[in-house]
Amino acid sequence: MRGLVYTRFELLRTFRNRRFWFFSLGFPLVFFWLIASPQHNKIIADTGLTYAAYYMVSLAAFGTMMSMISTGARIAGERQVGWTRQLRISPLSVRAYFRAKVLTGYVMALLSLACLYVSGALLGVSLPAGHWLGMTGLIVVGALPFAALGVLVGHLVNTDAVGPLMGGLVSILAFLSGTWFPITSGFLHTFGQFLPSWWLVQARKVALDGQGWDTRGWVTVIAWTVILSAAAAWAYRRDTGRV
Amino acid sequence: MTVQGSTQTDGGIHLRGLTKSFSGPQGPIRAVRGIDLSIAAGETAVLLGPNGAGKSTTIDMMLGLAKTDSGTVSIFGRPPREAVDAGLVGAMLQTGQLIRDLSVRELVAMMAALYPDPMDVDEALGLTGLKDIARQRTQKLSGGQTQRVRFAIAIVCNPELLVLDEPTVAMDVEGRREFWSIMREFASRGKTVLFATHYLEEADANADRAILMAHGRIVADGPTTEIKARVGRRTLRATLPHVDPATLSALPGVASADRHGDAVILSCSDSDQTVRALLAQYPQAKDLEIVGAGLEAAFLELTGEPDIDEPAVVAS
Repeated sequence: MRGLVYTRFELLRTFRNRRFWFFSLGFPLVFFWLIASPQHNKIIADTGLTYAAYYMVSLAAFGTMMSMISTGARIAGERQVGWTRQLRISPLSVRAYFRAKVLTGYVMALLSLACLYVSGALLGVSLPAGHWLGMTGLIVVGALPFAALGVLVGHLVNTDAVGPLMGGLVSILAFLSGTWFPITSGFLHTFGQFLPSWWLVQARKVALDGQGWDTRGWVTVIAWTVILSAAAAWAYRRDTGRV
Repeated sequence: MTVQGSTQTDGGIHLRGLTKSFSGPQGPIRAVRGIDLSIAAGETAVLLGPNGAGKSTTIDMMLGLAKTDSGTVSIFGRPPREAVDAGLVGAMLQTGQLIRDLSVRELVAMMAALYPDPMDVDEALGLTGLKDIARQRTQKLSGGQTQRVRFAIAIVCNPELLVLDEPTVAMDVEGRREFWSIMREFASRGKTVLFATHYLEEADANADRAILMAHGRIVADGPTTEIKARVGRRTLRATLPHVDPATLSALPGVASADRHGDAVILSCSDSDQTVRALLAQYPQAKDLEIVGAGLEAAFLELTGEPDIDEPAVVAS
């Protein structure tokens, strides 16, 4: 109950924040229209997907990563101004605090996802209802490691560093995971599959044949979730241990 | 000397044997070295001491923000976490800003919603004089306004214990005056208040009882007036040859007198009276200089030694 009220205000704050509209919503949308619209019905070689479908899911994955990791920027900011200490002398539990952060990240991610789905549909992406849902489900699960990564980043770095770090990290992960162009063979292909972002982007396979991740995908995503959650818990304890 | 007020264990605030060390570059820093303190319900007490005395560390332990190395804290019979969850404690920490992108009213309402039995939000805003800026965004406030919002957040849970850690540091004179009048208004509702400051005047004007800390220990504890007399000394220096210090020490307001060549040095409990009497009796006295002892010097006097086992103590 208390946690829900806190989440409501957290969302209100996010929607009033210009950076959110720009990075999590605007950026992926603009890129989608720039890249996909000139040749939206053309099939991209080696993928069997149209430009519209390929970049719709790629940029949805990008927006999701951005939304989840930007939780870190908000945590870093609140730590910096001493707000976290203020909350620690209130009845709001640590659990409820993080739940509010992660839920807010998810709402932002889903909003970004919805905008891209609509854009994709406008450019001729047509899928059975089950495929839309399956894809969304995989993105929701695939976002989990990034929720933990956001909390980790938020407790490790200060507000000056968090912006460049987030931007750089998401750009590199997006590149290595085949967001901008398909990676179908070679070292990058082998390496990429160890990244959680790879599988986020791979949610697009559902659009092609209705197939989700294979075992390897599930293991990778779950392993990263566990590792990053443990690291986030450690960073939180290290951060609050001083006081 | 250190324990005063309520002796019952379920009412009031009780700190027993509190210690806390931090690791520093030159080994451990013993910020708090054994604090025993009881504050009765309804009392307004001030923690007074120079920077590094251990005031903030003591407050952090009292609020459950810092783990104690040893000792116990009881707030109305409960450990800090339970007391906080029950909404019994409101606090304004030494440092802290507000989160952005909410209006003043929204922020105070959000905090109120976290507590079991909060004060009406409009009442809290009214009490702290924030009604006029209730719709303003938190990132657009002045320093003084920010402090008042932080104060509103501290009292909106309708706490029984209000803790203020150097609350007026960022305020101008007018802001301070207003702040303390709001604090006294809140205290008059039967609330227990503990605040830390290193301004002697604030302590004197706003608390019934002063607890003096230096080097992580309580060095004096008593009614504010008494403490003020002990630490509020001034030194009067004058060029006045051929007068016996013993006769000077008989002047009104003089605690002790000393001579260095032609100069006499008078330690005064009331320097105003001393000056008048001195000039009336010895019109030839010249080069008068009056220096406030300052808390730092006063504490040295009270503690006797700068420090027993650690010459430089630094604590937040």
